[in-house]
Amino acid sequence: MSSSVIETKKLTKTFNGRIHAVQDLSISIEEGEIYGFLGPNGAGKTTTIKMLATLLDPTSGSARVNGFDVVKQPSKVRESIGIVFQEPSSDELLTGYENLRLSALMYDLPASEIESRIDGSLELVELNDRRNDLVKTYSGGMRRRLEIARGLLHRPRILFLDEPTLGLDPRGRETMWRYVERLTEELRMTILLTTHYMEEADSLADRICIIDKGKSVAIDTPARLKRKVGGDLVTIVADSPRIAEIRRLKSVRKIEQKDGTFVITMDNAAAHLQDLLKRVGKVDSVEVRSPTLDDVFIKHTGRGLEQAEGGWFEKMVQNTTNKE
Amino acid sequence: MNLRGVYAIWWREMIAFLRETPRLISAIVNPIVWLFIFGAGLGASVDVSGVDYQKFIFAGVLTQTFLFTSIFYGAYLVWDKRIDLLKSILVSPLSRATIFFGKVLGGVTISLMEALIVLVFGIFIGIPYTPASFLMSLLIVFIASAIFTSVGLTIGSMMESPEGFQLLSSFLLFPLFFLSGALFPLENLPGWLETVTAANPVTYVVDMLRGTLLGVQHFDTSHNLLLLGVFLAITSAVGVEAFKRMKS
Ligand SMILES: Nc1ncnc2c1ncn2[C@@H]1O[C@H](COP(=O)(O)OP(=O)(O)O)[C@@H](O)[C@H]1O
Ligand SMILES: [Mg+2]
Repeated sequence: MSSSVIETKKLTKTFNGRIHAVQDLSISIEEGEIYGFLGPNGAGKTTTIKMLATLLDPTSGSARVNGFDVVKQPSKVRESIGIVFQEPSSDELLTGYENLRLSALMYDLPASEIESRIDGSLELVELNDRRNDLVKTYSGGMRRRLEIARGLLHRPRILFLDEPTLGLDPRGRETMWRYVERLTEELRMTILLTTHYMEEADSLADRICIIDKGKSVAIDTPARLKRKVGGDLVTIVADSPRIAEIRRLKSVRKIEQKDGTFVITMDNAAAHLQDLLKRVGKVDSVEVRSPTLDDVFIKHTGRGLEQAEGGWFEKMVQNTTNKE
Repeated sequence: MNLRGVYAIWWREMIAFLRETPRLISAIVNPIVWLFIFGAGLGASVDVSGVDYQKFIFAGVLTQTFLFTSIFYGAYLVWDKRIDLLKSILVSPLSRATIFFGKVLGGVTISLMEALIVLVFGIFIGIPYTPASFLMSLLIVFIASAIFTSVGLTIGSMMESPEGFQLLSSFLLFPLFFLSGALFPLENLPGWLETVTAANPVTYVVDMLRGTLLGVQHFDTSHNLLLLGVFLAITSAVGVEAFKRMKS
């Protein structure tokens, strides 16, 4: 029918009958797409991935991965996927090479190809020089790269990346982004990536599902999501702009004034800025800003991603105290 | 079940075992300590079932050594869950039976190594080995440790914390060991004790080992073998089922 490699219908997970981790999630991911789950901690991203990877059974609803039902055909699903967990799961007592060899055997790769595949994977994530060191001695970034190498070793059609850059420094993060982009380009893999960094979702994902409190609140390309916020934001500091004149511009949607500062929301500021400035007259300063995914998140949930994180922390403390 | 998968899991268990120095050392030191506690402490002057007591309990000490190792082997499964290692195995296409038997084989291998140390030590207290009895003993250890490792792994698959595992397995281990024929002969037992020992797999393991090593045996060999076969079938079936239910 369609070419979607992952499809969920009203996928739901409730823990202990009261924690609604994922609620009625219906998504469809196309072949070759990088699909991003963006949401604050506790939004339900990991729970969703675990259900898709057959590690958790859904409470209700259904999901198909590579055409197979996650509950009824788990081993078929497992053969189709690679996964990089939020918490690195490589064996610390083994070397990088040994971890990959273990994986190669578990996925039953042909003996004649094992060595070359391991070499290739280690090459891709630039770990060849450390292949015979124990994982115990790896840095956080190296561990994650090893996980990626392991996730790719059996050339799955679908790769799950759960917060692949969590805890990495900015440089490590950019390296990771480069790998992810290369994966879809060179290996034509479909990638489902979760993150709570909006820049990451923005720069990597073809489409984003914004998820909050277990529910999907918006799904679209990053560009369209941002466009729906209602245009670019132009901040002008000027003494006496001709407001009436500016209003007459078709591209202008909203003008907010605070003392001598005017925040003008307008379509395609790059194209219409000249027009705008002509009408404003004398200007002390101009700043043009495109809406970010944070603005998108605010539009849909009424609070920013950062704020949402704060809420999550309180919830986590609550959860842990409840558990005792 | 696929054999390559079993090998993969076993291979990982062996590397982990050899790299974890404390585990390796305790595997070597444990049997020696047990031999000293029982052998030297209890004196060699008493005769039981026609052999001196030190020789009599040798089969018990041998069993004791790998019984503890086999059961506690399940604790590493709990640990693997804790450090997020297990889910990368559970998410692979390996069947749960494959994972289970790979782990069992790992526990059995470690048990065999320990048993070998104890058996070699037996030379010094005058156990009259023949090549056949030596090999037969190892075969019995193989079957018995498969039973006990299955039990340990079953408990491990259900536990979330190492402490919980410790508690439950100790609860099980001591009656298993003390209410068997490991330390006393099975003749003329009070009725309740006879019933309890008859239900305990350790009884048949010890009896068979003692028969093989010293020619002193309470049950027929075929009786022992049959019962161990039944115990093995039950514990591994239960273990596979427990692994199927296990969530990371
Ligand atoms: N095993 C569990 N038992 C109970 N609650 C859980 C469990 N796993 C996750 N949760 C809860 O489900 C919610 C979603 O968690 P998670 O999927 O980990 O979010 P995210 O990955 O987006 O940070 C949180 O409130 C979390 O506390
Ligand atoms: Mg998460």
